[in-house]
Amino acid sequence: MALSIEDIKKVAHLARIEVSDSDAAATLTKLTGILGLIEQMQAVDTTGIEPMSHSQDLSQRLREDVVTKTNLRDEFQKNAPVLGNGSTEPAVAGGLYLVPKVIE
Amino acid sequence: MEWEVVIGLETHTQLKTNTKIFSGASIKYGAEPNTQACEVSLALPGVLPVLNKEAVQCAIKFGLAINAHIAPRSVFARKNYFYPDLPKGYQISQFELPVVGKGAVTIQVPAVGKNAAYEKVVNITRAHLEEDAGKSVHDLKNNGAVEGMSGIDLNRAGTPLLEIVTEPDMRSAAEAVAYAKKLHELVQWIGICDGNMQEGSFRCDVNVSVRPKGTEKLGTRREIKNLNSFKFMQQAIEYETRWQIETLEDGGSIQQSTVLFNPDTGETRAMRSKEEANDYRYFPDPDLLPLVITEADKARVQADMPELPEAMKARFEAQYALSSYDANAITTSRDLANYFVAVVDAGADAKQAANWVMGSLAAKLNAADMSINDSPINAQQFAQLLKRVGDNTISNNAAKQVFEAMWNAEGEVDGIIEAKGLKQESDTGAIEAIVDEVLAANPAMVEEFKAGKEKAFNALVGQAMKASKGKANPAQVNEILKIKLST
Repeated sequence: MALSIEDIKKVAHLARIEVSDSDAAATLTKLTGILGLIEQMQAVDTTGIEPMSHSQDLSQRLREDVVTKTNLRDEFQKNAPVLGNGSTEPAVAGGLYLVPKVIE
Repeated sequence: MEWEVVIGLETHTQLKTNTKIFSGASIKYGAEPNTQACEVSLALPGVLPVLNKEAVQCAIKFGLAINAHIAPRSVFARKNYFYPDLPKGYQISQFELPVVGKGAVTIQVPAVGKNAAYEKVVNITRAHLEEDAGKSVHDLKNNGAVEGMSGIDLNRAGTPLLEIVTEPDMRSAAEAVAYAKKLHELVQWIGICDGNMQEGSFRCDVNVSVRPKGTEKLGTRREIKNLNSFKFMQQAIEYETRWQIETLEDGGSIQQSTVLFNPDTGETRAMRSKEEANDYRYFPDPDLLPLVITEADKARVQADMPELPEAMKARFEAQYALSSYDANAITTSRDLANYFVAVVDAGADAKQAANWVMGSLAAKLNAADMSINDSPINAQQFAQLLKRVGDNTISNNAAKQVFEAMWNAEGEVDGIIEAKGLKQESDTGAIEAIVDEVLAANPAMVEEFKAGKEKAFNALVGQAMKASKGKANPAQVNEILKIKLST
Protein backbone atom coordinates (compact mmCIF):
# COMPACT_ATOMS: atom_id res chain seq x y z
CA MET A 1 0.00 0.00 0.00
CA ALA A 2 1.47 3.34 -1.10
CA LEU A 3 1.27 6.21 1.37
CA SER A 4 1.21 9.86 0.37
CA ILE A 5 2.34 12.98 2.20
CA GLU A 6 -1.37 13.81 2.61
CA ASP A 7 -1.91 10.52 4.47
CA ILE A 8 0.95 11.38 6.83
CA LYS A 9 -0.46 14.85 7.47
CA LYS A 10 -3.93 13.44 8.10
CA VAL A 11 -2.73 10.79 10.55
CA ALA A 12 -0.57 13.36 12.31
CA HIS A 13 -3.52 15.72 12.60
CA LEU A 14 -5.76 12.97 14.01
CA ALA A 15 -3.07 12.23 16.62
CA ARG A 16 -2.57 15.98 17.22
CA ILE A 17 1.13 15.71 16.36
CA GLU A 18 2.65 18.66 14.56
CA VAL A 19 4.88 17.59 11.65
CA SER A 20 6.81 19.94 9.44
CA ASP A 21 7.02 19.24 5.69
CA SER A 22 10.56 17.85 6.01
CA ASP A 23 9.55 15.66 8.99
CA ALA A 24 6.56 14.47 6.99
CA ALA A 25 8.80 13.27 4.17
CA ALA A 26 11.06 11.38 6.59
CA THR A 27 8.01 9.89 8.36
CA LEU A 28 6.61 8.81 5.02
CA THR A 29 9.75 6.79 4.33
CA LYS A 30 9.69 5.16 7.78
CA LEU A 31 5.98 4.35 7.73
CA THR A 32 6.24 2.93 4.21
CA GLY A 33 8.98 0.63 5.51
CA ILE A 34 6.72 -0.57 8.35
CA LEU A 35 3.86 -1.20 5.95
CA GLY A 36 6.26 -3.19 3.77
CA LEU A 37 7.05 -5.36 6.77
CA ILE A 38 3.36 -5.93 7.37
CA GLU A 39 2.85 -6.84 3.74
CA GLN A 40 5.61 -9.41 4.08
CA MET A 41 3.91 -10.91 7.15
CA GLN A 42 0.60 -11.06 5.31
CA ALA A 43 2.18 -13.51 2.88
CA VAL A 44 2.07 -16.14 5.65
CA ASP A 45 -0.85 -18.53 5.25
CA THR A 46 -3.06 -18.11 8.34
CA THR A 47 -6.05 -20.09 7.09
CA GLY A 48 -7.98 -21.59 9.98
CA ILE A 49 -6.16 -19.60 12.65
CA GLU A 50 -8.40 -17.45 14.83
CA PRO A 51 -7.04 -13.90 15.13
CA MET A 52 -5.93 -12.91 18.62
CA SER A 53 -6.76 -9.52 20.09
CA HIS A 54 -3.92 -9.69 22.58
CA SER A 55 -0.41 -11.09 22.51
CA GLN A 56 -1.13 -13.18 25.60
CA ASP A 57 -3.56 -16.05 25.29
CA LEU A 58 -5.34 -15.27 28.56
CA SER A 59 -8.74 -13.89 29.51
CA GLN A 60 -9.67 -10.75 31.41
CA ARG A 61 -9.67 -10.89 35.19
CA LEU A 62 -12.75 -9.30 36.76
CA ARG A 63 -12.86 -6.97 39.75
CA GLU A 64 -15.54 -7.12 42.47
CA ASP A 65 -17.88 -4.10 42.34
CA VAL A 66 -16.64 -2.52 45.57
CA VAL A 67 -15.52 1.07 46.10
CA THR A 68 -11.79 1.03 46.81
CA LYS A 69 -10.81 4.55 45.75
CA THR A 70 -10.89 7.46 48.16
CA ASN A 71 -11.08 11.14 47.34
CA LEU A 72 -7.55 12.33 46.55
CA ARG A 73 -8.63 15.40 44.62
CA ASP A 74 -6.36 17.81 46.46
CA GLU A 75 -3.31 15.65 45.83
CA PHE A 76 -4.17 15.13 42.16
CA GLN A 77 -4.91 18.80 41.56
CA LYS A 78 -1.46 19.85 42.79
CA ASN A 79 -0.30 18.10 39.60
CA ALA A 80 -2.77 19.79 37.26
CA PRO A 81 -1.17 21.47 34.22
CA VAL A 82 -0.50 25.19 34.50
CA LEU A 83 -2.42 27.64 32.33
CA GLY A 84 0.56 28.78 30.30
CA ASN A 85 -0.25 32.44 30.91
CA GLY A 86 2.76 33.05 33.09
CA SER A 87 1.13 31.53 36.15
CA THR A 88 2.91 28.60 37.75
CA GLU A 89 -0.17 27.56 39.72
CA PRO A 90 -2.14 24.41 38.70
CA ALA A 91 -5.15 25.40 36.56
CA VAL A 92 -8.05 24.45 38.82
CA ALA A 93 -11.09 26.33 40.10
CA GLY A 94 -13.96 25.17 42.28
CA GLY A 95 -12.67 21.60 42.08
CA LEU A 96 -12.70 21.66 38.26
CA TYR A 97 -9.69 21.22 35.99
CA LEU A 98 -9.42 24.22 33.67
CA VAL A 99 -8.81 23.93 29.94
CA PRO A 100 -8.98 26.43 27.06
CA LYS A 101 -12.65 27.08 26.32
CA VAL A 102 -14.41 24.31 24.41
CA ILE A 103 -17.79 25.03 22.88
CA GLU A 104 -19.42 22.96 20.15
CA MET B 1 -44.23 11.90 -3.67
CA GLU B 2 -44.94 9.84 -0.60
CA TRP B 3 -42.01 9.52 1.78
CA GLU B 4 -41.06 6.93 4.34
CA VAL B 5 -38.99 7.71 7.42
CA VAL B 6 -36.42 5.15 8.59
CA ILE B 7 -35.26 5.30 12.21
CA GLY B 8 -32.64 3.45 14.24
CA LEU B 9 -31.67 4.09 17.86
CA GLU B 10 -28.48 3.94 19.87
CA THR B 11 -29.20 4.05 23.58
CA HIS B 12 -26.65 4.63 26.32
CA THR B 13 -27.86 2.98 29.49
CA GLN B 14 -25.88 3.69 32.60
CA LEU B 15 -25.38 0.44 34.48
CA LYS B 16 -26.45 0.17 38.12
CA THR B 17 -23.09 -0.57 39.69
CA ASN B 18 -21.33 0.87 42.72
CA THR B 19 -18.11 1.63 40.92
CA LYS B 20 -16.69 2.61 37.55
CA ILE B 21 -16.24 0.10 34.76
CA PHE B 22 -12.44 -0.01 35.02
CA SER B 23 -11.68 1.24 38.55
CA GLY B 24 -12.93 1.14 42.13
CA ALA B 25 -14.07 4.80 42.17
CA SER B 26 -17.69 5.47 43.17
CA ILE B 27 -20.20 6.55 40.51
CA LYS B 28 -22.70 8.09 42.93
CA TYR B 29 -24.55 10.97 41.27
CA GLY B 30 -24.16 14.55 42.44
CA ALA B 31 -20.78 14.43 44.20
CA GLU B 32 -18.53 17.51 44.35
CA PRO B 33 -16.49 17.92 41.13
CA ASN B 34 -13.60 15.48 40.74
CA THR B 35 -14.00 13.92 44.19
CA GLN B 36 -14.76 10.62 42.44
CA ALA B 37 -12.08 11.01 39.80
CA CYS B 38 -9.33 8.56 40.72
CA GLU B 39 -6.01 8.13 38.93
CA VAL B 40 -7.62 5.79 36.36
CA SER B 41 -10.42 8.32 35.65
CA LEU B 42 -7.73 11.01 35.24
CA ALA B 43 -5.60 8.79 32.95
CA LEU B 44 -2.44 9.34 34.97
CA PRO B 45 0.58 7.56 33.53
CA GLY B 46 1.04 3.93 34.49
CA VAL B 47 -2.53 3.12 35.49
CA LEU B 48 -4.28 0.01 34.21
CA PRO B 49 -8.01 -0.65 33.72
CA VAL B 50 -9.51 -3.65 35.56
CA LEU B 51 -12.97 -4.69 34.42
CA ASN B 52 -15.93 -4.52 36.84
CA LYS B 53 -17.62 -7.92 37.28
CA GLU B 54 -21.03 -6.38 37.94
CA ALA B 55 -20.95 -4.45 34.65
CA VAL B 56 -20.36 -7.75 32.84
CA GLN B 57 -23.27 -9.38 34.72
CA CYS B 58 -25.51 -6.49 33.64
CA ALA B 59 -24.54 -7.03 29.99
CA ILE B 60 -25.27 -10.77 30.27
CA LYS B 61 -28.64 -10.02 31.90
CA PHE B 62 -29.59 -7.73 29.04
CA GLY B 63 -28.48 -10.30 26.47
CA LEU B 64 -30.63 -12.96 28.11
CA ALA B 65 -33.62 -10.59 28.35
CA ILE B 66 -33.65 -9.89 24.61
CA ASN B 67 -32.84 -13.47 23.69
CA ALA B 68 -29.57 -12.46 22.13
CA HIS B 69 -26.38 -14.24 21.32
CA ILE B 70 -23.90 -13.57 24.15
CA ALA B 71 -20.34 -13.64 22.89
CA PRO B 72 -18.20 -16.34 24.52
CA ARG B 73 -15.29 -14.01 23.80
CA SER B 74 -15.56 -10.25 23.32
CA VAL B 75 -12.90 -7.61 22.96
CA PHE B 76 -12.39 -4.07 24.25
CA ALA B 77 -11.15 -1.52 21.76
CA ARG B 78 -9.88 2.03 21.87
CA LYS B 79 -12.00 4.64 20.13
CA ASN B 80 -9.60 7.50 19.50
CA TYR B 81 -10.59 11.15 19.58
CA PHE B 82 -9.54 14.32 21.37
CA TYR B 83 -11.76 16.17 23.77
CA PRO B 84 -10.88 17.65 27.15
CA ASP B 85 -13.40 15.48 29.02
CA LEU B 86 -11.61 12.38 27.71
CA PRO B 87 -8.15 12.64 29.24
CA LYS B 88 -6.79 9.36 27.79
CA GLY B 89 -7.41 10.57 24.22
CA TYR B 90 -9.51 7.45 23.65
CA GLN B 91 -12.68 5.89 25.00
CA ILE B 92 -12.56 2.21 25.92
CA SER B 93 -15.45 0.62 24.06
CA GLN B 94 -16.12 -2.53 22.07
CA PHE B 95 -16.02 -2.60 18.29
CA GLU B 96 -15.68 -5.79 16.25
CA LEU B 97 -16.59 -8.26 18.98
CA PRO B 98 -19.30 -6.81 21.27
CA VAL B 99 -20.50 -8.70 24.35
CA VAL B 100 -24.14 -8.92 23.16
CA GLY B 101 -25.06 -9.82 19.59
CA LYS B 102 -28.35 -9.94 17.68
CA GLY B 103 -31.58 -9.97 19.67
CA ALA B 104 -35.08 -8.53 19.50
CA VAL B 105 -37.61 -6.49 21.47
CA THR B 106 -41.38 -6.55 20.91
CA ILE B 107 -42.91 -3.09 21.16
CA GLN B 108 -46.52 -1.95 21.61
CA VAL B 109 -47.30 1.08 19.47
CA PRO B 110 -50.31 2.93 20.89
CA ALA B 111 -53.33 3.90 18.80
CA VAL B 112 -53.13 7.35 17.21
CA GLY B 113 -56.27 8.89 15.75
CA LYS B 114 -57.80 6.42 13.29
CA ASN B 115 -54.79 4.07 13.46
CA ALA B 116 -55.27 1.15 15.83
CA ALA B 117 -52.60 0.04 18.30
CA TYR B 118 -50.25 -2.67 17.07
CA GLU B 119 -47.23 -4.74 18.05
CA LYS B 120 -43.94 -4.80 16.21
CA VAL B 121 -40.60 -6.54 16.60
CA VAL B 122 -37.56 -4.26 16.69
CA ASN B 123 -34.28 -6.07 16.02
CA ILE B 124 -31.28 -5.29 18.17
CA THR B 125 -28.01 -5.29 16.24
CA ARG B 126 -25.72 -5.41 19.24
CA ALA B 127 -25.02 -4.10 22.72
CA HIS B 128 -21.55 -3.28 23.93
CA LEU B 129 -19.86 -2.24 27.15
CA GLU B 130 -18.05 1.08 27.27
CA GLU B 131 -17.00 3.89 29.58
CA ASP B 132 -18.64 7.29 29.81
CA ALA B 133 -16.66 10.51 29.36
CA GLY B 134 -16.40 13.36 31.88
CA LYS B 135 -18.35 16.60 31.81
CA SER B 136 -17.35 20.00 30.50
CA VAL B 137 -18.65 23.00 32.44
CA HIS B 138 -18.73 26.12 30.30
CA ASP B 139 -20.45 28.41 32.74
CA LEU B 140 -17.87 28.89 35.46
CA LYS B 141 -19.64 31.74 37.26
CA ASN B 142 -20.20 29.69 40.38
CA ASN B 143 -16.72 28.25 40.34
CA GLY B 144 -14.59 31.37 40.27
CA ALA B 145 -15.07 32.55 36.69
CA VAL B 146 -11.95 32.29 34.56
CA GLU B 147 -11.93 34.12 31.24
CA GLY B 148 -11.73 31.89 28.17
CA MET B 149 -11.61 28.65 30.16
CA SER B 150 -13.86 25.64 30.50
CA GLY B 151 -13.97 23.47 33.62
CA ILE B 152 -13.65 19.69 33.51
CA ASP B 153 -15.33 17.36 35.99
CA LEU B 154 -14.17 13.77 35.62
CA ASN B 155 -16.51 12.18 38.19
CA ARG B 156 -18.55 10.69 35.36
CA ALA B 157 -15.49 9.54 33.38
CA GLY B 158 -15.40 5.75 33.45
CA THR B 159 -19.04 5.24 34.44
CA PRO B 160 -20.16 1.90 32.96
CA LEU B 161 -22.49 2.12 29.98
CA LEU B 162 -24.19 -0.47 27.85
CA GLU B 163 -24.79 0.98 24.39
CA ILE B 164 -27.74 -0.75 22.76
CA VAL B 165 -28.01 -0.42 18.97
CA THR B 166 -31.07 -1.27 16.88
CA GLU B 167 -31.48 -2.09 13.22
CA PRO B 168 -33.11 0.74 11.22
CA ASP B 169 -36.47 -0.94 11.87
CA MET B 170 -38.71 1.91 12.98
CA ARG B 171 -40.95 3.79 10.55
CA SER B 172 -42.42 6.63 12.62
CA ALA B 173 -41.71 8.81 15.63
CA ALA B 174 -44.42 6.84 17.47
CA GLU B 175 -42.58 3.56 16.86
CA ALA B 176 -39.25 5.04 17.96
CA VAL B 177 -40.79 6.38 21.17
CA ALA B 178 -42.59 3.07 21.82
CA TYR B 179 -39.26 1.27 21.45
CA ALA B 180 -37.43 3.72 23.72
CA LYS B 181 -40.15 3.37 26.37
CA LYS B 182 -40.08 -0.40 26.13
CA LEU B 183 -36.31 -0.51 26.46
CA HIS B 184 -36.49 1.96 29.36
CA GLU B 185 -38.92 -0.35 31.17
CA LEU B 186 -36.92 -3.46 30.36
CA VAL B 187 -33.54 -2.25 31.66
CA GLN B 188 -35.20 -1.17 34.91
CA TRP B 189 -37.20 -4.41 35.10
CA ILE B 190 -34.05 -6.54 34.97
CA GLY B 191 -32.34 -4.14 37.38
CA ILE B 192 -29.39 -3.06 35.25
CA CYS B 193 -30.23 0.67 35.02
CA ASP B 194 -32.07 3.11 37.30
CA GLY B 195 -33.74 4.70 34.25
CA ASN B 196 -33.26 8.22 35.59
CA MET B 197 -33.40 10.31 32.43
CA GLN B 198 -32.87 13.69 34.14
CA GLU B 199 -29.56 12.45 35.55
CA GLY B 200 -28.58 11.04 32.14
CA SER B 201 -28.82 7.35 33.04
CA PHE B 202 -30.75 6.65 29.82
CA ARG B 203 -29.86 8.72 26.74
CA CYS B 204 -30.86 8.10 23.15
CA ASP B 205 -29.21 8.99 19.86
CA VAL B 206 -31.70 8.72 17.01
CA ASN B 207 -30.66 8.13 13.39
CA VAL B 208 -33.23 9.49 10.96
CA SER B 209 -33.36 9.23 7.18
CA VAL B 210 -36.13 9.42 4.60
CA ARG B 211 -36.67 7.63 1.28
CA PRO B 212 -39.43 7.52 -1.34
CA LYS B 213 -42.02 5.03 -0.13
CA GLY B 214 -41.60 1.65 -1.78
CA THR B 215 -37.86 1.99 -2.41
CA GLU B 216 -35.23 -0.13 -0.69
CA LYS B 217 -32.14 2.07 -0.65
CA LEU B 218 -31.63 3.95 2.62
CA GLY B 219 -31.38 7.73 2.44
CA THR B 220 -28.51 9.67 4.02
CA ARG B 221 -29.06 9.81 7.76
CA ARG B 222 -28.67 12.53 10.33
CA GLU B 223 -28.11 11.58 13.95
CA ILE B 224 -30.02 13.45 16.67
CA LYS B 225 -27.79 13.30 19.74
CA ASN B 226 -28.52 12.90 23.43
CA LEU B 227 -32.29 12.95 23.74
CA ASN B 228 -33.23 12.45 27.37
CA SER B 229 -37.02 12.74 27.26
CA PHE B 230 -39.61 10.82 25.25
CA LYS B 231 -41.50 14.01 24.50
CA PHE B 232 -38.40 15.65 23.03
CA MET B 233 -37.68 12.48 21.06
CA GLN B 234 -41.12 12.62 19.46
CA GLN B 235 -40.77 16.33 18.64
CA ALA B 236 -37.20 16.01 17.38
CA ILE B 237 -38.01 13.12 15.03
CA GLU B 238 -41.11 14.83 13.68
CA TYR B 239 -39.21 18.06 13.02
CA GLU B 240 -36.21 16.27 11.53
CA THR B 241 -38.42 14.17 9.22
CA ARG B 242 -40.27 17.24 7.94
CA TRP B 243 -36.98 19.09 7.46
CA GLN B 244 -35.41 16.26 5.44
CA ILE B 245 -38.49 15.82 3.22
CA GLU B 246 -38.72 19.57 2.57
CA THR B 247 -34.99 19.78 1.82
CA LEU B 248 -35.22 16.94 -0.71
CA GLU B 249 -38.42 18.24 -2.29
CA ASP B 250 -36.76 21.63 -2.71
CA GLY B 251 -34.04 19.89 -4.72
CA GLY B 252 -31.46 19.86 -1.91
CA SER B 253 -29.50 16.93 -0.52
CA ILE B 254 -28.91 15.61 2.98
CA GLN B 255 -25.37 15.66 4.40
CA GLN B 256 -24.54 13.00 6.94
CA SER B 257 -24.21 14.88 10.20
CA THR B 258 -24.85 15.05 13.90
CA VAL B 259 -27.66 17.34 15.01
CA LEU B 260 -28.87 18.64 18.35
CA PHE B 261 -32.50 19.21 19.32
CA ASN B 262 -33.38 22.54 20.88
CA PRO B 263 -36.44 22.06 23.11
CA ASP B 264 -37.12 25.81 23.19
CA THR B 265 -37.52 26.16 19.42
CA GLY B 266 -38.52 22.56 18.69
CA GLU B 267 -35.89 22.47 15.94
CA THR B 268 -32.85 20.37 15.14
CA ARG B 269 -29.57 21.97 14.12
CA ALA B 270 -26.36 20.47 12.70
CA MET B 271 -23.56 20.20 15.26
CA ARG B 272 -20.49 19.25 13.30
CA SER B 273 -19.55 17.60 10.06
CA LYS B 274 -18.73 13.95 10.58
CA GLU B 275 -16.20 13.33 7.81
CA GLU B 276 -13.07 13.69 9.85
CA ALA B 277 -14.46 13.45 13.36
CA ASN B 278 -15.67 9.98 12.44
CA ASP B 279 -12.20 8.54 11.93
CA TYR B 280 -11.90 6.86 15.32
CA ARG B 281 -9.14 4.41 14.35
CA TYR B 282 -10.43 1.63 16.60
CA PHE B 283 -7.94 -1.01 17.67
CA PRO B 284 -7.96 -3.68 20.40
CA ASP B 285 -6.93 -2.17 23.74
CA PRO B 286 -3.65 -3.82 24.72
CA ASP B 287 -4.40 -2.99 28.40
CA LEU B 288 -7.34 -5.40 28.44
CA LEU B 289 -7.51 -9.11 27.72
CA PRO B 290 -10.51 -10.63 25.93
CA LEU B 291 -13.64 -10.95 28.07
CA VAL B 292 -14.61 -14.61 28.30
CA ILE B 293 -18.18 -15.57 29.23
CA THR B 294 -18.83 -19.27 29.79
CA GLU B 295 -22.09 -21.22 29.70
CA ALA B 296 -21.75 -21.51 33.49
CA ASP B 297 -21.52 -17.71 33.82
CA LYS B 298 -24.69 -17.36 31.77
CA ALA B 299 -26.48 -20.04 33.79
CA ARG B 300 -25.60 -18.25 37.04
CA VAL B 301 -27.04 -14.97 35.77
CA GLN B 302 -30.07 -16.74 34.31
CA ALA B 303 -30.86 -18.25 37.72
CA ASP B 304 -30.93 -14.72 39.10
CA MET B 305 -33.18 -13.24 36.41
CA PRO B 306 -36.65 -12.01 37.34
CA GLU B 307 -39.66 -13.22 35.38
CA LEU B 308 -39.71 -11.05 32.23
CA PRO B 309 -42.66 -8.75 31.43
CA GLU B 310 -43.93 -10.84 28.49
CA ALA B 311 -43.94 -14.05 30.56
CA MET B 312 -45.60 -12.29 33.48
CA LYS B 313 -48.25 -10.81 31.20
CA ALA B 314 -49.11 -14.25 29.83
CA ARG B 315 -49.23 -15.64 33.36
CA PHE B 316 -51.58 -12.88 34.59
CA GLU B 317 -53.96 -13.56 31.70
CA ALA B 318 -54.01 -17.28 32.52
CA GLN B 319 -53.84 -17.19 36.32
CA TYR B 320 -56.08 -14.18 37.05
CA ALA B 321 -58.23 -14.17 33.90
CA LEU B 322 -57.17 -10.58 33.17
CA SER B 323 -57.72 -9.12 29.73
CA SER B 324 -54.67 -8.73 27.50
CA TYR B 325 -55.04 -4.96 27.89
CA ASP B 326 -55.05 -5.05 31.71
CA ALA B 327 -52.22 -7.60 31.87
CA ASN B 328 -50.16 -5.44 29.57
CA ALA B 329 -50.82 -2.27 31.54
CA ILE B 330 -49.90 -3.90 34.85
CA THR B 331 -46.66 -5.32 33.51
CA THR B 332 -45.33 -1.99 32.22
CA SER B 333 -43.23 -1.77 35.36
CA ARG B 334 -41.96 -4.42 37.71
CA ASP B 335 -42.84 -2.38 40.80
CA LEU B 336 -46.40 -1.96 39.58
CA ALA B 337 -46.68 -5.69 38.84
CA ASN B 338 -45.30 -6.53 42.28
CA TYR B 339 -47.81 -4.18 43.92
CA PHE B 340 -50.68 -5.78 42.02
CA VAL B 341 -49.56 -9.27 43.03
CA ALA B 342 -49.25 -8.16 46.67
CA VAL B 343 -52.83 -6.79 46.59
CA VAL B 344 -54.14 -10.05 45.12
CA ASP B 345 -52.10 -12.18 47.54
CA ALA B 346 -53.58 -10.21 50.41
CA GLY B 347 -57.01 -11.49 49.40
CA ALA B 348 -58.42 -9.03 46.86
CA ASP B 349 -60.24 -10.13 43.71
CA ALA B 350 -57.76 -9.94 40.81
CA LYS B 351 -60.06 -8.24 38.32
CA GLN B 352 -61.10 -5.64 40.92
CA ALA B 353 -57.47 -5.14 41.90
CA ALA B 354 -56.49 -4.55 38.27
CA ASN B 355 -59.32 -2.04 37.81
CA TRP B 356 -58.48 -0.09 40.93
CA VAL B 357 -54.71 -0.15 40.59
CA MET B 358 -54.81 0.89 36.92
CA GLY B 359 -57.73 3.26 37.53
CA SER B 360 -58.00 5.36 40.68
CA LEU B 361 -54.53 4.61 42.03
CA ALA B 362 -52.70 5.16 38.74
CA ALA B 363 -54.59 8.43 38.21
CA LYS B 364 -53.62 9.70 41.66
CA LEU B 365 -49.99 8.67 41.24
CA ASN B 366 -49.83 10.29 37.81
CA ALA B 367 -51.35 13.52 39.01
CA ALA B 368 -48.85 13.69 41.88
CA ASP B 369 -45.98 12.56 39.62
CA MET B 370 -45.26 9.71 42.03
CA SER B 371 -44.20 6.14 41.44
CA ILE B 372 -46.02 3.14 42.83
CA ASN B 373 -43.30 2.75 45.46
CA ASP B 374 -44.29 6.13 46.91
CA SER B 375 -47.96 5.19 47.17
CA PRO B 376 -49.31 6.24 50.57
CA ILE B 377 -51.64 3.22 50.41
CA ASN B 378 -49.83 -0.06 50.90
CA ALA B 379 -50.91 -3.28 49.20
CA GLN B 380 -52.42 -4.79 52.37
CA GLN B 381 -54.63 -1.74 52.96
CA PHE B 382 -55.64 -1.68 49.32
CA ALA B 383 -56.63 -5.34 49.48
CA GLN B 384 -58.62 -4.67 52.65
CA LEU B 385 -60.54 -1.92 50.85
CA LEU B 386 -61.42 -4.24 47.98
CA LYS B 387 -62.43 -6.98 50.41
CA ARG B 388 -64.86 -4.58 52.08
CA VAL B 389 -66.47 -3.96 48.69
CA GLY B 390 -66.47 -7.71 47.99
CA ASP B 391 -68.22 -8.61 51.26
CA ASN B 392 -70.78 -5.82 50.78
CA THR B 393 -69.66 -3.82 53.80
CA ILE B 394 -69.41 -0.73 51.58
CA SER B 395 -70.70 0.21 48.14
CA ASN B 396 -68.43 1.05 45.23
CA ASN B 397 -69.23 4.74 45.71
CA ALA B 398 -68.35 4.60 49.38
CA ALA B 399 -65.14 2.77 48.46
CA LYS B 400 -64.11 5.78 46.41
CA GLN B 401 -64.53 7.99 49.45
CA VAL B 402 -62.54 5.56 51.59
CA PHE B 403 -59.84 5.49 48.91
CA GLU B 404 -59.61 9.30 48.97
CA ALA B 405 -59.30 9.25 52.74
CA MET B 406 -56.61 6.58 52.62
CA TRP B 407 -54.70 8.56 50.01
CA ASN B 408 -54.79 11.51 52.41
CA ALA B 409 -53.44 9.28 55.16
CA GLU B 410 -56.59 9.54 57.28
CA GLY B 411 -56.14 6.01 58.61
CA GLU B 412 -56.97 2.40 57.90
CA VAL B 413 -59.91 1.05 55.92
CA ASP B 414 -62.19 -0.13 58.73
CA GLY B 415 -61.49 2.93 60.82
CA ILE B 416 -62.37 5.26 57.95
CA ILE B 417 -65.58 3.34 57.16
CA GLU B 418 -66.57 3.68 60.81
CA ALA B 419 -65.58 7.32 61.19
CA LYS B 420 -67.36 8.40 58.03
CA GLY B 421 -70.39 6.18 58.64
CA LEU B 422 -70.05 4.58 55.23
CA LYS B 423 -71.11 1.13 56.23
CA GLN B 424 -73.69 -0.18 53.83
CA GLU B 425 -77.14 -1.15 55.13
CA SER B 426 -77.52 -4.81 54.23
CA ASP B 427 -80.11 -5.77 56.83
CA THR B 428 -83.11 -7.02 54.86
CA GLY B 429 -85.60 -5.93 57.51
CA ALA B 430 -84.27 -2.39 57.63
CA ILE B 431 -84.27 -2.09 53.84
CA GLU B 432 -87.80 -3.48 53.62
CA ALA B 433 -88.94 -0.82 56.08
CA ILE B 434 -87.34 1.92 53.95
CA VAL B 435 -88.87 0.51 50.75
CA ASP B 436 -92.32 0.34 52.37
CA GLU B 437 -92.05 4.00 53.37
CA VAL B 438 -90.98 5.03 49.88
CA LEU B 439 -93.84 3.08 48.26
CA ALA B 440 -96.34 4.67 50.63
CA ALA B 441 -94.99 8.17 50.01
CA ASN B 442 -94.93 7.88 46.21
CA PRO B 443 -98.21 6.34 45.05
CA ALA B 444 -98.00 8.21 41.73
CA MET B 445 -94.70 6.55 40.82
CA VAL B 446 -96.06 3.16 41.78
CA GLU B 447 -99.03 3.76 39.46
CA GLU B 448 -96.75 4.79 36.64
CA PHE B 449 -94.66 1.67 37.07
CA LYS B 450 -97.71 -0.52 37.09
CA ALA B 451 -98.85 1.22 33.89
CA GLY B 452 -95.63 0.02 32.26
CA LYS B 453 -93.24 2.90 32.77
CA GLU B 454 -89.89 1.25 33.51
CA LYS B 455 -88.32 4.60 34.39
CA ALA B 456 -90.51 4.88 37.43
CA PHE B 457 -88.74 1.87 38.90
CA ASN B 458 -85.38 3.65 38.81
CA ALA B 459 -86.92 6.71 40.37
CA LEU B 460 -88.21 4.56 43.24
CA VAL B 461 -84.74 3.02 43.72
CA GLY B 462 -83.36 6.54 43.83
CA GLN B 463 -85.91 7.55 46.47
CA ALA B 464 -85.04 4.51 48.61
CA MET B 465 -81.30 5.19 48.34
CA LYS B 466 -81.93 8.81 49.30
CA ALA B 467 -84.07 7.77 52.26
CA SER B 468 -81.21 5.51 53.45
CA LYS B 469 -78.74 8.39 53.02
CA GLY B 470 -76.97 6.34 50.38
CA LYS B 471 -76.15 3.55 52.76
CA ALA B 472 -78.56 0.88 51.55
CA ASN B 473 -77.07 -1.90 49.46
CA PRO B 474 -78.38 -0.96 45.99
CA ALA B 475 -78.59 -4.56 44.82
CA GLN B 476 -80.80 -5.43 47.80
CA VAL B 477 -82.96 -2.34 47.29
CA ASN B 478 -83.52 -3.41 43.71
CA GLU B 479 -84.42 -6.91 44.66
CA ILE B 480 -86.81 -5.99 47.49
CA LEU B 481 -88.50 -3.29 45.43
CA LYS B 482 -89.07 -5.76 42.60
CA ILE B 483 -90.71 -8.24 44.94
CA LYS B 484 -92.89 -5.59 46.61
CA LEU B 485 -94.06 -4.16 43.30
CA SER B 486 -94.94 -7.51 41.82
CA THR B 487 -97.25 -8.43 44.69
